[in-house]
Amino acid sequence: MENIIQVGMAELKIATAPNKLLTAGLGSCIGICVCSPAHQFGVLAHIMLPSSTQSKRAHNKAKFADTAVDLIMEEMIKKGANVSKIYAKIAGGAQMFKFVGESSIMNIGQRNALAVEEHLKRIGIKIVATDTGGNFGRTIVFDPKTGDLKIRTIGHGERTI
Amino acid sequence: MKDYTELSCLQLDALREIGNIGAGNAATALAQMVQAKIDMSVPEVNILPFDDVPKLVGGADVPVCGLYFAVSGSITGSILFMLPIERANLLVDMVLGRNNGETAAGISGDLEASVIMEVGNIISGTYLNALSCFTQLRLLTSVPALATDMAGAILNGVLAQVGGVVDDVLVLKTMFTREDRDIVGHFFMMPDSESLSTILQALGVNC
Repeated sequence: MENIIQVGMAELKIATAPNKLLTAGLGSCIGICVCSPAHQFGVLAHIMLPSSTQSKRAHNKAKFADTAVDLIMEEMIKKGANVSKIYAKIAGGAQMFKFVGESSIMNIGQRNALAVEEHLKRIGIKIVATDTGGNFGRTIVFDPKTGDLKIRTIGHGERTI
Repeated sequence: MKDYTELSCLQLDALREIGNIGAGNAATALAQMVQAKIDMSVPEVNILPFDDVPKLVGGADVPVCGLYFAVSGSITGSILFMLPIERANLLVDMVLGRNNGETAAGISGDLEASVIMEVGNIISGTYLNALSCFTQLRLLTSVPALATDMAGAILNGVLAQVGGVVDDVLVLKTMFTREDRDIVGHFFMMPDSESLSTILQALGVNC
């Protein structure tokens, strides 16, 4: 029996095949999907912000790119994954509004994407596919069995990376 | 005020009253614009974890037309006006005097986008004006930013702005309906947590 596990904003969840992980409506947020192919085991984190260090309230590790990546690694090690074999796919980081004055809301998506890439590199998780940027939302489904990341959009097509 | 959860019943009632006054004026402005009777729901005051906010409009992947305004002046915060896409089309029909269903292709053209942004301008401007008269606070809005996409995606960036400081958000939600049946849209006013004590003080319930 296959279940689809929903991952909300600023949440991190784990699934083992045949279960899948879904996060709906990614805008400037990023879905970080990490898969251990040998175990057919995957983690999906839905991060909102690039860094916990500028935050006054950083106890939710799944909310920030830096702490979420560390948390993913912890989960992978806990499950006995061979860390040299695990890989990541990322999606999101859009800029939804064309113009929002002077506010930092402007490039939050891009800053998220850069931070996620930087921290995955720091910790040594290889990124094999990305689908970031643009000005549209994404709903993603991650299958730990195949490592496929299916991306749905409104008016910008469907693809699997 | 550190946390929304510390708000008393009296303070929540005062915030609901803000919503009432602001939305009441906005509903009148909207009614004049579309020359139809516009009703509004009793404003809800919600303190929600981020993930629950998209549920207020039916889920994170529901397609909506969203207008964002940054609020500045004596307080800071965000205003979001979200409408289901087919409602946004109907609103354009009403304002431009087109037949129902004529604006079918979505908010794609410049004219349609301008109409929606202008409606948003009037609603948020009226809302803040009423609020300003009531509280004597100086309140300004930015120009509107428009996006037509998944509700969750539109909320992401707006919530990310406050995400560094809080895990919950205070949402004053009002639903506008036309002649008791059609939902026109959801209006969200989200004051930043640092502005909360300023608002409560202006309302005389800061204790």
